[in-house]
Amino acid sequence: MNFTAFNATAFNALVRRDLHLFFIDRRAVTMSFVAPILIASFFGYIFGGVTNEVAPSKIRVAAVDQDGSEMSRKLVAALSADKSLEVTAEPLDQARADVRVGHSVVAAVIPKGFEQQAARAFLRGSDKPEIQLLYDPSHSPELAMVNGMLTQHVMEVVSSEVFAGANSQKYLDSGLRELDRAAGIDPATKRALQQLLGAVGQLNAGAQANPQGAAAAGGFSMPFTVKREAVTSRRGQVYNGMAHSFAGMSVQFILFMGIDAGMMMIYQRRSGLWKRLQAAPISRFVLIGSRAASAAIIAMVILGVVFSFARLVFHVRIEGSMPGFVLVCAAFSIMTAAFGLLVAVLGKTPEATRGLAILATLILVMLGGSWVPTFLFPQWLQSASFAVPTRWAVDGLDGMIWRGLGFDAALAPVAAMLGFAAVFGALAVWRFRWDAPA
Amino acid sequence: MLEVKGLHKRYGDLVAVEEVSFVVRAGETIGLLGPNGAGKTTTVSMIAGLLRPDRGQVLIDGAEVRRESDPLKRKMGLVPQEMALHDELSARGNLALFGALYGMRGPGLQRAMDAALDLAGLADRAKDKVATFSGGMKRRLNLATALLHDPQILLLDEPTVGVDPQSRNAIFGNLEEFRRQGKALVYTTHYMEEAERLCDRIIIIDHGKVIANDSLEAVRRLVPAVNVIEIEIEKAGADGWYADLGLLPDVESVDLQGAILRVAVRDLTDTSPRVLEWLRQHGYRYGHLASQRADLETVFLTLTGRSVRNA
Repeated sequence: MNFTAFNATAFNALVRRDLHLFFIDRRAVTMSFVAPILIASFFGYIFGGVTNEVAPSKIRVAAVDQDGSEMSRKLVAALSADKSLEVTAEPLDQARADVRVGHSVVAAVIPKGFEQQAARAFLRGSDKPEIQLLYDPSHSPELAMVNGMLTQHVMEVVSSEVFAGANSQKYLDSGLRELDRAAGIDPATKRALQQLLGAVGQLNAGAQANPQGAAAAGGFSMPFTVKREAVTSRRGQVYNGMAHSFAGMSVQFILFMGIDAGMMMIYQRRSGLWKRLQAAPISRFVLIGSRAASAAIIAMVILGVVFSFARLVFHVRIEGSMPGFVLVCAAFSIMTAAFGLLVAVLGKTPEATRGLAILATLILVMLGGSWVPTFLFPQWLQSASFAVPTRWAVDGLDGMIWRGLGFDAALAPVAAMLGFAAVFGALAVWRFRWDAPA
Repeated sequence: MLEVKGLHKRYGDLVAVEEVSFVVRAGETIGLLGPNGAGKTTTVSMIAGLLRPDRGQVLIDGAEVRRESDPLKRKMGLVPQEMALHDELSARGNLALFGALYGMRGPGLQRAMDAALDLAGLADRAKDKVATFSGGMKRRLNLATALLHDPQILLLDEPTVGVDPQSRNAIFGNLEEFRRQGKALVYTTHYMEEAERLCDRIIIIDHGKVIANDSLEAVRRLVPAVNVIEIEIEKAGADGWYADLGLLPDVESVDLQGAILRVAVRDLTDTSPRVLEWLRQHGYRYGHLASQRADLETVFLTLTGRSVRNA
C-alpha cells in the first residue's frame, strides 16, 4: 500500500459512501428530486406554461351603469367583449363590496348623464363626465391596464355614437348651436368648425339613408394594430415558461442539497466516526475533497434528472449549446459543493448552522433570480446581484436553455461560478479544524 | 512500541492532562484507570492524534507522527468510546469503508473483512444494516473495525460501555488473543474488575495526573489495607452515616456502594469485630457479610479518597 498525501483508495471509498448514504435517504431524495420538479412545474405553469397558447388570466371588472343610455350600454358591452377583462354588471354597493373583498380588481362607475356629457365634451372639450374607478390597492398594475382599455373603448363608443349613432344629428345640431353662441373664438376658426360639423352631419345623413354604408362610417377607432413576437432562440420557437422555472428551482434545491452535505459533516464531527476518520492516515484534502466530489456528483445527477423530466414532460429543450449547458451545470455543481463545505467548516452546531445556512441560501436564490426574474429588480439591485453566484447560475442556464445562446455565452457564468467555488473552497480548507467544537 | 512522554493538555483554566508519561511494549496491556473526567479519553485522543497536546510527545517505534496522512498512523487502531459506525450501511459496508481509509482494497481487504466478521461473530449478519444490530453486536463490530488493518497498537476507550455480559466476555476473549499475538493494548476503563482481568500494568489517573503506574500486584501493595469487608446493610442511615467508622483504629477507608458498605482494614482479625460491634451499637442490621483482598477499587479509594464510580 502506498500512502501519500492523497490516498485515492480512501477518497473513492468516501465518495461512494456519501453517494450511497444520499441515495438511500428518502427524505434527501424527495427534497432533491421531487420537490424541485413539483415546484418548478407549478411556477412554470403560473408564469406562462409550455406555450403562449395558454389563455392569460383575465382582470375582473365590475361595471356600474348608472346612466342606462344607449352609449353606456354599448360601452359596457365593449368592455365585456375585451379578451383581457371579465366584466360583470353590478349596482354600486355590490361593486364596492366586491372590490373590498377582492372579488373584483376594479369597479368602473359610469355616471348618470354620461351620454349627454360625453357627446358634448367630445365636440367641445368641456363638462367632461367623470368615470369613477374603485380599485383594489393590492392590484395597482392592473388599474393602469384597465384605465388604458377603458380609454380605448370610451373613445371608440363615444366617437361612433356622435358620428354615426341614432342620436348623432341631435348631438351635431346641439354642437352647432353652442358654437354659434360661443364667444371669443376667432371667426375663421368658428367658420371652419361649423363646416366640419356640417360635413359630418351630411355624412351621417347619407349613412342613415344607406345602412350598409353606416358600418363603414363608424367612428374613431385605434389607428393601428399590434403584432407580438417573442424573441426566443429561433424564429417561430415559442417561449417555454417551464425553462426558467426549472432552472431557478434546480438552483434552489441543489443549494439545499449542498447544505445537507455540509450538515452531514457537522453531525459526523460529533460522532465516533469522526474520530475514526481522524485516526486514519488520510489528509484533510482527502476528507474535504471527497465530500466536495460527492456533493458535485449528486448535484449533476439532480440537474440531469430534473431537466430530463422537463424535457420529457414539458418539452423544455436545450436550445443553445449543449456543451455549454453541461459546463454551466458542472460549474454550478462544483460551486454548490464548495458552498456546502463552507457551511460544514464554519458551522458550530447543527441546530444553529441549519437555520443560518437556509437563510443564506434563500437570500442567494432570491437575489439570483430563481423566484422572480432579475429584470424586475431595481437597477442597483440588478447590478448588485452579479455579486452572488446564483445569478450567474440562473443566467447561464437560461442562456443555454431557452435563449439559445452559444458556447461562448457559457464561459462568463462558468468562470464566475468557478471563481466563487475557489473562494469558498479555499476558505473551507483554511478554516477546517479536525477538533470537534465543544 | 508506544512511548508517551510528558503529555500535557489544558482547556482554558482546566488542566485536563498533566505530564502523563508511560511506555507500552509489544504483547503488553496497560489499563488507564480513573473516574469520568479524569483525563483518560484526553490522553488516548492525544495518542491517536485526535488532539494536539500542548506539550509532550507520542512516539511509535521511536518515531513521531508528523502529518495527517503519516503512514505511521497505520500502526495504530482506535476503538472510540462512541459507536463509530454507519447505521445505514451493512456490517460489510462499514468494514469496506474503514479498510479503504487505510489503503486496503481487493482480495486483501476481502480476507481482512472475513476475518473481522468472524472475530465479531457477525459472519451471518454481514449484509445486514448495522441499524438492526443490538448494542453488543455494534460494540463487537466497533472493535473489529479497528483491527481490520492489523494494527500493532490498539487504543480502546471504554469499549464495553453498555455491553451485555455475553458480548463483554467475547470482547475480553478477543483482547486476550491480541495480547498473545504480541499487540500492545491501551485500555481505558472505570470498571476495576475489567482492568484486573485484562491488564498487565495499571496507570491510575486522577485530575489529569498519573498517581500510580505499576503492575497490578505492585499497585495493590501501594495501600496498606490488605482486606476489604463487604457488608450488605439492610437499612442505611442519613447521608454520611458511616463516616465515624473511618475513625476506628486500623480502618483505612469506608465507602458505600448501593447497599454494600466496603470497609478497608489492615488487620482482619482485630478490626472486623470492632466494625461489626460499631454497626450493632448504632442499630444498623446487615444481611450478608464477606471479605476479600484489596482490589483496585480499594486502591483508588485509598489513593484519591474517592470511589472511582462515584467520583
